[in-house]
Amino acid sequence: MSAATSLFDKLWDSHAVADLPGGAQLIAIDRVFLHERTGPAALNALAEAGRTVADPARVFAVADHIVDTRPGRGDQTLMPGGQIFITELRAAAEAAGITLFDVTDPDQGIVHVISPELGIVLPGCTLIAPDSHTCTQGAFGALAWGIGSSEAEHAMATGTLRLDKPKSMRVTFDGALPPGVTPKDMILALIAVHGAAGGKGHAVEFAGEAVRALSMEGRMTLCNMVTEFSAMSGFIAPDEKTYAWLEDRRYAPTGKQWDTALTHWQALASDPGAHFDAEIRIDAAMIAPMVSWGTSPEASVTIDGQVPDDAEPRPLSYMALKPGQPLKGLAIDAAFIGSCTNSRLSDLRRASAMLKGKHIAEGITAICVPGSSHVKRAAEAEGIDRLFTDAGFEWRESGCSMCFYSGGESFGEGARVISSTNRNFESRQGPNVKTHIASPETVVASALAGAIADPREAQ
Amino acid sequence: MAEPLTIFTALPAPFLRDNVDTDQIIPSREMKSTGKTGLADGLFAGHRYTKIGGRDPDPDFVLNKPAYSGSQVLLSGRNFGCGSSREHAVWALAEYGIRAIIAESFAPIFAGNAVRNGVLPLALDRAAIDEIAAANSPVTIDLPAQTVMLDDDHRWDFTIAEEARAMLTEGLDAIDLTLKNTDSIAAWQQADRQARPWIYLGDPT
Repeated sequence: MSAATSLFDKLWDSHAVADLPGGAQLIAIDRVFLHERTGPAALNALAEAGRTVADPARVFAVADHIVDTRPGRGDQTLMPGGQIFITELRAAAEAAGITLFDVTDPDQGIVHVISPELGIVLPGCTLIAPDSHTCTQGAFGALAWGIGSSEAEHAMATGTLRLDKPKSMRVTFDGALPPGVTPKDMILALIAVHGAAGGKGHAVEFAGEAVRALSMEGRMTLCNMVTEFSAMSGFIAPDEKTYAWLEDRRYAPTGKQWDTALTHWQALASDPGAHFDAEIRIDAAMIAPMVSWGTSPEASVTIDGQVPDDAEPRPLSYMALKPGQPLKGLAIDAAFIGSCTNSRLSDLRRASAMLKGKHIAEGITAICVPGSSHVKRAAEAEGIDRLFTDAGFEWRESGCSMCFYSGGESFGEGARVISSTNRNFESRQGPNVKTHIASPETVVASALAGAIADPREAQ
Repeated sequence: MAEPLTIFTALPAPFLRDNVDTDQIIPSREMKSTGKTGLADGLFAGHRYTKIGGRDPDPDFVLNKPAYSGSQVLLSGRNFGCGSSREHAVWALAEYGIRAIIAESFAPIFAGNAVRNGVLPLALDRAAIDEIAAANSPVTIDLPAQTVMLDDDHRWDFTIAEEARAMLTEGLDAIDLTLKNTDSIAAWQQADRQARPWIYLGDPT
């Protein structure tokens, strides 16, 4: 191995416990996070096998996926039969001795929003959760990725996972983003050009001037969607912004330990000349606001673009679109701001600022769901909730909400929705719902216009 | 643990689409239990039934066609199993009786979940997949030899990581395997506690 080492190699090699027959390695796992949708299966199966959680202090759980987001909620949820997931998580978490952020806990929220808020994810750590968007947390210079329930069981029982090392990729965004262009547009542009399987078999480091310029929240949005690129994970070397964000968070180190940790973290950047198995360079100045037209995140174009002439018939028919049709001006039924991609305080600040003194178009259902209870309280303290509600948006309790349809609440059969979420799959947000994914700014511009609109033209 | 998988012959059911996501394999609304069973009925629910939430079979969906009903092999396109990490997708496929999925590529979390539940994620190039689909006849999958065969003239090699192959062919429980490394895990953690004490949240500071 050369002396110049990539961030990925540093993260991986520092967690390699043992080499296994056939080239796989046993990798130490520092943090496990569970949620109510898939967590009970892992905890129950572990208990049924007579196994215990090796280090419960490093395992956390939260109710976020199917919890009700309407005011005054409890364990009742709109998903038919959903309550049992919440009550089973509670019982299993207590039996296993792990920390649970329950439905009414002041720290409740979407797993990838609250883990950073609480300082559970830290630079240089390995963190897993049975949720594909765990890669969000790579924004902190951690190796964070989504797994299945069986792997969660394995990690809880042994403190490790058995893994084949993926290849490394560096995606460099050179230059500066134009005004009105966001991290969501950066990741959609990457996936639109290189495909939903473009990162297959790779762990992706995001680098470059435009990435360094992003806030921690923007970096989380960027890393959030590398799972839609089929990458194992995505991450960004930690810097002063990272440390400033984490200092004094509940589970972050303090005092002398903080100083030691800082020295450790400062060594995590890729060395100059480090090898990457694949490299992609993108000129950030060329990126424009993006919107999806099809049923995979790769089916996305710039906001003033059109449905490709060679578009596949199936997504076209599902989305009720024609080749060559412009996206801008397409009438919508609903708008959604929320999800682990774009529901943080800065997202809500930017979105609400565009709503000031305005009202959404008639007949549009518009919902804003903060990413965490903390985000909700902070937004209310700033009056952001009023900007949303005065403009005609519903303001909710935190959770994953209508990022997906769990059988209860939806926007109505076949509705066309502009959404700040990460997935536009068939019926993802409800029966035959046509989802267009975009930045929060584009969602707000479209809600105001009643049709897909360019946020750069909405002042 | 899953039934060992070695050599078997089956007629593949063609579901030739790219980006078949786990929402399609089992929609969130069909994940009705907190366990790993009772999910086969919800497999491909959005395609398999005429109405969302309903149970009237859609005659156009491949697994509803008599020739493919109960098929053990699924044939698909690029990036199979993308989207949500829900292992329920594999549990539903396994409970239905699917033992292998032949596709151009797989999303990484899905591939890992498949192996852990005795379902083989088998990657072939598009030309091979098109040829198998066109033949519409049984294929023999030989996992130890890593080949797929229609007949002697139509045979393709595939590769799967040795660890995954061993888990599938022997039906191994990964946790039991790893627990053999308990000593090295303990030694690693002891050293790591010195280097990164902030990771060990339960320890006295």
